[in-house]
Amino acid sequence: MSDAATMVRRNVRHTVRNPGALIMTIGLPVVLLLVFVGVFGDALLAGMGATSHGDYIDYVVPGILLMTVGYGASTTALAVNRDLTGGIIARFRTMAISRASVLTGHVVGSVARTLVSSVLVLLVAVLLGFRPGGDPLRLLAAIGLVALLALALTWLAVAVGLAAGTAEGTAPFTLVVQLLPFLSSAFVSPAAMSGPVRWFAENEPFTPIIDTLRALLLGLPTEHGGAVAVGWCVGLALAGYAWARALYRRR
Amino acid sequence: MASAPTTAAIAVTGLRKSFGDKVVLDGIDLDVREGTTFALLGPNGSGKTTTVRILSTLIGADGGQVRIAGHDLVREADAVRAAIGVTGQFSAVDDLLTGEENLVLMADLHHLGRAAGRRRVADLLDRFDLTEAARKLASTYSGGMRRRLDLAMTLVGEPRVIFLDEPTTGLDPRSRRMTWQTIRDLVAGGVTIFLTTQYLEEADHLADRIAVLDRGRLVAEGSPEELKRALPGGHVRLRFGDAAGLDAAARVLGGMSRDDEALTLQVPSDGGVPALRALLDRLDQAAIEVDELSVHTPDLDDVFFALTAKEAVR
Repeated sequence: MSDAATMVRRNVRHTVRNPGALIMTIGLPVVLLLVFVGVFGDALLAGMGATSHGDYIDYVVPGILLMTVGYGASTTALAVNRDLTGGIIARFRTMAISRASVLTGHVVGSVARTLVSSVLVLLVAVLLGFRPGGDPLRLLAAIGLVALLALALTWLAVAVGLAAGTAEGTAPFTLVVQLLPFLSSAFVSPAAMSGPVRWFAENEPFTPIIDTLRALLLGLPTEHGGAVAVGWCVGLALAGYAWARALYRRR
Repeated sequence: MASAPTTAAIAVTGLRKSFGDKVVLDGIDLDVREGTTFALLGPNGSGKTTTVRILSTLIGADGGQVRIAGHDLVREADAVRAAIGVTGQFSAVDDLLTGEENLVLMADLHHLGRAAGRRRVADLLDRFDLTEAARKLASTYSGGMRRRLDLAMTLVGEPRVIFLDEPTTGLDPRSRRMTWQTIRDLVAGGVTIFLTTQYLEEADHLADRIAVLDRGRLVAEGSPEELKRALPGGHVRLRFGDAAGLDAAARVLGGMSRDDEALTLQVPSDGGVPALRALLDRLDQAAIEVDELSVHTPDLDDVFFALTAKEAVR
């Protein structure tokens, strides 16, 4: 346990040393928020017709939060890859320390960092006019879901960082994590999409997660009590964990 | 081996490793005594780094037995890890931490405790001439400073067996001398050093024993002197004033390789003082005058090229 704590401290220190990464993970979602609310908001709302509720900012914030988690995961993939190619993971592996501690340090540090980013993005959204529902339990559940999603994407990111030979090798992951929200219910309801895109948007993992997050934040009824969203998160987390573990043993 | 005065720090028998079809290590035996320096010498791609990676528990072998500091490499991997320190070819330092924080990280991972850890870190910063740069990020360090920090990090846990993979490759001469001195100090303190190098001079300077690795096989092993002696080519070259002197000497010393134009004679010799004295005595007794005498002892470069020549020719 103390090895893992040492690794978490190392990770937190990295964040403090490299505030650019944290600012990016907050700055990019905020810019997206401004663009979608200020530029496209009214047009998108009109296009979706009766499927939407209230202001567009209320609709778009859950998707922006998901993207915040995605950006956080991308920086984690890069950080793990830097550890691997820089040789420090090899150094740790020749030492008599808990094998899991290196990866645990990354995951705990990354999830904490992502939660901080998410809360800051949420605060900016409130400043811009976002009004979450009043139920504190539901708000807590929403934060819990963001944390679970962060855990899932972070484990995947750790695996990608270990699998990639170079920093450029993590780019596909970054691309997928940042592109999938556009093909989900993040910005536009899938009902307003057409053909195969609609089918994809309705069935990809981010849509149920965003829908559940939206329901929790706005005080709307959740579909299946959020079971599909939680199921996807747990599934992705386990897959990422198993993949990362296998790679770490082999490398 | 049972009668050896010291115990084995590293004992390897029949070590094998392949990557796919490519055989990298083809049955290697090593015996490194405690408190000595062992150099694994070989050209690029001969399997040196693979050997270090296996012995330092980073990758598994396909066959063979290894014991390090008395522990089985596979069954007691954590005990092996507790006994060893590894400095690889490329500095494994954390760029986003300062030099001091890098060392504190190692102290924490070795569970040294706060006070003892601080003392060890301050001592190592001083010893490796890094005190001034202690609070600077490692990313701002020069190549030589990074290598020193890397080695200092390896020493935080006071390992009994240290693996150094090409520790001075790319270092300037001054940093190289500093590293050599550090290695000598460590050995004087009872530490066992296993180093790989492609510099024969380095192996000659530091190592008690040298093994030459070529395409996955050990082609020679011994002390630097033994390796040099094993190689034919050590000789004394005598030059005479005239052909009569040359003829006389050739009669006295037997049928040697002679060069009538240069008036020289080559006599096989290890170049040692007793051999030289005996040679000069015989010439003296026969009243033969020698104009010039030069001794040629093979250096490790000769050994290296002779042993790995096949590949160079191909």
